[in-house]
Amino acid sequence: MSGVLSLVASLGAIVLGFVRAAGSLALFALAAVSHLFRPPFYWRNFLSAFVEFAYFSLPVVALTALFSGGVIALQSYTGFARYNAQSAIAGIVVLSVVRELGPVLAGLIVAGRVGSAMAAEIGTMRVTDQIDALGTLSTNPMKYLVTPRLLAGTLALPLLVVVADILGVLGGFIVSVVKLGFSPNAYIANTFSVMQPIDVNVGLVKAAVFGFLIALMGCYNGYHSRGGAQGVGSATTASVVAASILVLAFDYMLTEMFFSR
Amino acid sequence: MSGAVTPPQGTPKLRIRGLRKAFGSKQVLDGIDLDVASGTSMVVIGGSGSGKSVLLRCILGLIEPDAGSIEVDGVDVLRLRRREREAVNRRIGMLFQNGALFDSLTVWENVAFGLMARRQINRRDAREKAGDVLRQVGLDPSVGLLSPSELSGGMQKRVGLARAIAAQPEILFFDEPTTGLDPIMGAVIDGLIVECVRTLGSTAIAITHDMASATRIGDAAAMLYRGRLVWQGPAASLLESGNPLVDQFTHGRREGPISMELRR
Repeated sequence: MSGVLSLVASLGAIVLGFVRAAGSLALFALAAVSHLFRPPFYWRNFLSAFVEFAYFSLPVVALTALFSGGVIALQSYTGFARYNAQSAIAGIVVLSVVRELGPVLAGLIVAGRVGSAMAAEIGTMRVTDQIDALGTLSTNPMKYLVTPRLLAGTLALPLLVVVADILGVLGGFIVSVVKLGFSPNAYIANTFSVMQPIDVNVGLVKAAVFGFLIALMGCYNGYHSRGGAQGVGSATTASVVAASILVLAFDYMLTEMFFSR
Repeated sequence: MSGAVTPPQGTPKLRIRGLRKAFGSKQVLDGIDLDVASGTSMVVIGGSGSGKSVLLRCILGLIEPDAGSIEVDGVDVLRLRRREREAVNRRIGMLFQNGALFDSLTVWENVAFGLMARRQINRRDAREKAGDVLRQVGLDPSVGLLSPSELSGGMQKRVGLARAIAAQPEILFFDEPTTGLDPIMGAVIDGLIVECVRTLGSTAIAITHDMASATRIGDAAAMLYRGRLVWQGPAASLLESGNPLVDQFTHGRREGPISMELRR
């Protein structure tokens, strides 16, 4: 009996811990967003974060999208050739890339590249008293550090995804035309006949949500890091893990919301 | 000194009453009463974990105390709204233990950060002002173009001091100002602190466990032990206070009432 009770108590503690963490994260996000509407806004910090998100992540996102588009074309061909449905490959590539792979791959790459750096930077500022120093210099740390990064993430990721979409489709096109012998004109015509504006728009909405979540997890974990170098390391790991899981979970929820019939 | 309010005559610059703060079951501050007169320097000494930093952080508003009052010029800052509290904080400067310089900014941006944050000054003027303040703490203005990571520990302390005094605050806080410095550089930093406080006419509160530093900086001193102030008196009498706790601490004796606590 006592074993059952202790199991229930452990489960209860886990649930309470989860609810407490979720509440703390929600309040943190709310406070950061509320500072968007209260001056001052730190444009310099926003631009620096935006460049970090959009410009420095561009090469790795572009290469990943290019190769992923090519891989989808190859794999689809292997399966679809059995049913003489090769003509569907252009549609499969564009829908996969624009609806899913573009936003998700960009999200996961940016979570690893920028979200982790953000957590490490803010975490280091926390453990070296730099965040406290901001407070003593008439500067709200949330407004100075978090709000510009959240906005930068939300606006930059859709731009990255536009590039990822174009290069992903291009990767599929190159493989289909060069290796699989498709007609370039037919491939392009198929691509545009299948792709609808909603496919692109939902992909961009997903990207904005992912960008917000990645920046939020980076800032939240960094802001609450404790205990020196080890604490900063833990915060960095936690930010990447949490952001990656959230990207995949929100991808499912948004897909369900927009595309389920 | 904008935002300053003329207090009634005789009101201490800083008055703390019944300040309490616990973390879980650990009572870190257990009813602190402290007065700091305007224009004087108070040094709070105490061992590691005695609550010195928590006391400082409560005064600065970085930690919310559980009970008590903290008055600046007779106004209880714990009862102020956020904006009013920010206005009080604009009259305060702080030198952190490790400098806490912003490593993403240059030295001059660090020094002028508070001025620019308060919209008191544009970037060009801020850079000139930072050069002047750097000169005041014995650094060449060309240092302003460097990154904090390019500076030695002593230079970082000087830059931290420059940042703290740049806005000419009425109250200055120093958290372990000489920790990590060699004795000569420690004396230099103490000298700069005394000079800056005198020049600005500020009220200063320093926490330290460096006795040489305490006697150089302080007019008055207090000792914090187990969350309580166990002694207050002139800083000059620190080494001969007659209080067994203070005597043991200031002379660094292994035997005495404090060692019993360390053995627990």
